[in-house]
Amino acid sequence: MDASYDAGLAQIVPIVMNAPITAAHLPLTDAQAERLRALVGELSPAQLLWVSGYLAARAQHGGDVPATPAATAAGALTVLYGSQTGNGARLARRLAELAQARGLAVTLTSTADYKPVRLRDERTLALIVSTHGEGEPPDSARELHEYLHGRKAPRLESLRYAVLALGDSSYQFYCQTGKDFDAAFEKQGAQRLFERVDCDIDYDDAAAAWMEQLLGRVGSAPAVRATPALTPVGGGMQYDKRTPYQAEVLENIVLNGRGSDKETRHIELAVPGLSYTPGDALGVLAQNDPRLVDELLSVLDLSAEAPVSVGGLTLPLSQALTGHLEITALTRPFLAGWAALAGADRLTALLADGNEAALRAFLDGRQIIDVVQEFALPGLEADAFAGLLRRLPPRLYSLASSLAASPDEAHVTVAAVRYHSHGRARAGVASTWLADRVKPGDTVPVFIEANENFRLPADPQVPVIMIGPGTGVAPFRAFLQEREVQGATGQNWLFFGDRHFHTDFLYQTDWQGWLKGGLLTRMDVAFSRDQARKVYVQDRLRERGGELYAWLQSGAHVYVCGDATAMAADVHAALRDIVAAQGGLGAEAAEEYLRELARTRRYQRDIY
Amino acid sequence: MNAPDPKTLNDVEQIKARSRHLRGTIADGLVDPLTGAIAPDDNAVLKFHGSYQQDDRDLREERRRQKLEPAYQFMIRVRLPGGECTPAQWLALDDIAGAHANGTLRLTTRQTFQFHGIRKPHFKPAMQAIHAAGLDTIAACGDVNRNVLASANPYRSPLHAAAGALARDISEHLLPKTNAFAEIWLDAPAVDPSTEVEPIYGPLYLPRKFKIGIAVPPDNDVDVYAQDLSFIAVEDGGRLAGWNVLVGGGMGMTHGEKATYPRLADVLGFCAPGQALAVAEQVVCVQRDFGDRSNRRHARLKYTIDDRGVDWFKAELENRLGFALAPARPFAFERNTDAFGWHQGADGRWHYTLFVENGRVADRGARRLRTGLREIARVHRGLFALTNNQNVTLAGVEAGRRAAIAALIDEYGLEREASRLRQNAMACVAMPSCALAMAESERYLPDLITRLDGVIDACGLADTPITLRMTGCPNGCARPYIAEIGLVGKAPGKYNLYLGAGSHGQRLGKLYRENIGEDAIVEALTPLLERYASERQAGEHFGDFLVRVGVVPAVVAGREFHD
Repeated sequence: MDASYDAGLAQIVPIVMNAPITAAHLPLTDAQAERLRALVGELSPAQLLWVSGYLAARAQHGGDVPATPAATAAGALTVLYGSQTGNGARLARRLAELAQARGLAVTLTSTADYKPVRLRDERTLALIVSTHGEGEPPDSARELHEYLHGRKAPRLESLRYAVLALGDSSYQFYCQTGKDFDAAFEKQGAQRLFERVDCDIDYDDAAAAWMEQLLGRVGSAPAVRATPALTPVGGGMQYDKRTPYQAEVLENIVLNGRGSDKETRHIELAVPGLSYTPGDALGVLAQNDPRLVDELLSVLDLSAEAPVSVGGLTLPLSQALTGHLEITALTRPFLAGWAALAGADRLTALLADGNEAALRAFLDGRQIIDVVQEFALPGLEADAFAGLLRRLPPRLYSLASSLAASPDEAHVTVAAVRYHSHGRARAGVASTWLADRVKPGDTVPVFIEANENFRLPADPQVPVIMIGPGTGVAPFRAFLQEREVQGATGQNWLFFGDRHFHTDFLYQTDWQGWLKGGLLTRMDVAFSRDQARKVYVQDRLRERGGELYAWLQSGAHVYVCGDATAMAADVHAALRDIVAAQGGLGAEAAEEYLRELARTRRYQRDIY
Repeated sequence: MNAPDPKTLNDVEQIKARSRHLRGTIADGLVDPLTGAIAPDDNAVLKFHGSYQQDDRDLREERRRQKLEPAYQFMIRVRLPGGECTPAQWLALDDIAGAHANGTLRLTTRQTFQFHGIRKPHFKPAMQAIHAAGLDTIAACGDVNRNVLASANPYRSPLHAAAGALARDISEHLLPKTNAFAEIWLDAPAVDPSTEVEPIYGPLYLPRKFKIGIAVPPDNDVDVYAQDLSFIAVEDGGRLAGWNVLVGGGMGMTHGEKATYPRLADVLGFCAPGQALAVAEQVVCVQRDFGDRSNRRHARLKYTIDDRGVDWFKAELENRLGFALAPARPFAFERNTDAFGWHQGADGRWHYTLFVENGRVADRGARRLRTGLREIARVHRGLFALTNNQNVTLAGVEAGRRAAIAALIDEYGLEREASRLRQNAMACVAMPSCALAMAESERYLPDLITRLDGVIDACGLADTPITLRMTGCPNGCARPYIAEIGLVGKAPGKYNLYLGAGSHGQRLGKLYRENIGEDAIVEALTPLLERYASERQAGEHFGDFLVRVGVVPAVVAGREFHD
């Protein structure tokens, strides 16, 4: 059983119980409302769950729904998820388990495997989908997204649906993909079960509430909630961000040689008891910089010891700010909250419709400290401040190791994020925590974030093309470790890039060893700043277009990992152009070629 | 002629045999983007092109942990017979040091320039820039005739001019003829290697490096006894009468292998000026045919001669020459060190010899050697004559221009207060670039000398010339076995101490203390210097004294070096 989910549920139910039932809110007579209030008041949380399901089913199927679980034919539910990092996939699995436990026939599918035409036949659909970059869908959901927004989009009058949108409120196009799907379903005539829920990166509570609402609408709860048949991976305790694994740091070294202007860390953790597959990510629960915490306390004139409530716990403010709350990234909700509290007209104006460009310019390079400094709010209570902050999210790093090759270890590749903006030195929370304040022997709370969308081919003979500049090369170290242990005979081709050959050739001796041993068939590198004209991996792809296309035609899988903002699009464009040129295809046909690759899981991306 | 038996060829011989006249796969390695190195086998071939692949050993362990390959870099050595270059060439080489290397020039014990720290992308541009300066690096390293030494400064006398000319002639005559150099570095059209002929060297070149020096007495600055082949100018009424010929010298040995040893050259005879080139060629050819190609540690000419005897060698040589060498003429050397400061040559022009500690031309604090020499090169009309002791002579300064040069020497702080010990000392490069170094040398010797200067001053020996030479390994680039105090690296901070060598290189040193650190070096030398100061005879040199009083036995024959 997933302990964290129980915790979430326990928080949801009392909220429902405590909501006042009045005629003003509900389409009930006063007498009905009174009887309902009386009943609700005496039900346990489990009973409430059951009743919610029963009533929903009764409403859906008329008056003949027997109030026994065995006969609760609440129908089928399709849980569809479009996920890049695996959060959506994990939530979808959780929903599916809960729905199954309630006797629903559940089909759980990734958008990667979902043929869009199936939408016509769906009756009840729960969609969990994330948003990336400039409001873009995850790779696996692009095709479905295009289909629903294109001419071939079908009418969906017989579809009932609910959308859970995952996003990050520090981005301008927050939860945009979820909004897109919601609007598209509605436009095609589908019936919205209930309002879409948009989740920020501390999504657990909101997601749990959405699931309860959904299950309440589409299914009946059994009399006794069965324990979902959740088999923990690896047979042991399952760890997640609420109950992380405490991993000892074995090694923490800088991969960049002297003279580099970059700081990329290779961190090895001891993780006996954790299980993962190459392609998965390691979630790291980092701590904020205590100097920034002190500075915030000082600017806000708050006591470090002031008690605040975070996730049901009462903590001293400094502890909450250090380990529990996000104190760097500036989100729209924070800004709105601060503007209201501080009566900052300038901020309020920025948040108004039509001022998006000005807001973006304001947000650029600013963090919470800048706002609280610039728009002073004397006399602010500790709890009020904490209440404006979202939970400190875990940071995910693609695993750079394979358990087969490095038993009981997890390796990650972490670029220390440091920059200056608005006259202030900024530091990435997790990356600089790992770089500056975590030493070998220390313990780091971690968990595995599975990523089924980034997997080596099941067939070890299938050739693999890996494109991973910068820290994007990390999972390919895991891939090659895995393939080496497997004795996989498929050819392997790696594209890597960074700034300087001499100092920034991450894991250089690993690749050289695999090249020499023959595991790595070939490797192409692009060091952007070693010559006047900058060159990148996409340039190398284009230079090798003929061979690359031949590999694709022979069945190669293509993997792209790394920067989502520029690299992934540039690499995609290069691949499209190569396919077009080598295959004699038009641009649209070349796109379709890549879409087909993605559909057949031969083109997978892990971009961030 | 003995055809080498392919079965017994050592690894390097086999690489050479496969190299298609020194091409190997160097050209491919230069453009391999995945490593800063070239292919391992090509390292042996690259030496013939005047370069060694090295790495920054200070960073080796750090980078290994960082999963980075060693900080590969290349040393490039210029071919500079007789050590002469023009001011324009000096400027060009200085530019190369800044644009492609580590910002310093290194003057070597073989009278030439080395660049250090050249990374692979800079390699070919540096080689092309050297070529554009009218210089090259062919055969500056490798199993061929290396840079030919001559007593420094051709302007000093007609004999010095003749020595320099002979150095150039020999160097040109013994150059490999392969087109590989032009193809790899200068993008010359490819020639089919199977159509190429090496008329002197043959397809395998020599079994080992080959060193030639030409001395003009009374200076033995070229250290004739340490060369495979040397010529000593013989004067007759102010004109060159001919050359005494010496063969079989060499420094290198291997710690713990008594079959390897430094050896002093034997005097073979005398030849006329017009015969010298033929003598050089045929000495090379005898060694080509009889040198050991199975064991590189037994492949120098010195072992060929010791194995077969000097008489055999002379007969074989004369047989090939078609004439007999005349009996050697008398000669006398006084020193193997440089005379610093201003001196006037036979033609009335002036020469200024500048002390360059361990040959490193770099700007260090107020002493801006590199900048100062560059500024001098802009106005100097004579030559830059590199010495065999890692110093440089500004040669051929007209009397009227001396003051201008002197002003620049002052302005850039080039002239340095240095003890006599320091001025006469030499150290090889060693750490961090030399792959062979077992201990520090260039970076450490200055500090050791500072400490020894205290002892020497206390003994009242500050004006007494004593030669001190240090190398980081036993291969002997700074010719330590013929220094009165020789220090040869064995391990970090640990050296073998050799004593008793001749003051102009005419006698080998003897191992006096093994594997000792700085304190032990100072403790060992202090009582000997004190005793030398009080017991020496008039004009007696430190090495001679130690032999006379029995501190060490005299070692003349290399075979007895380890006895």
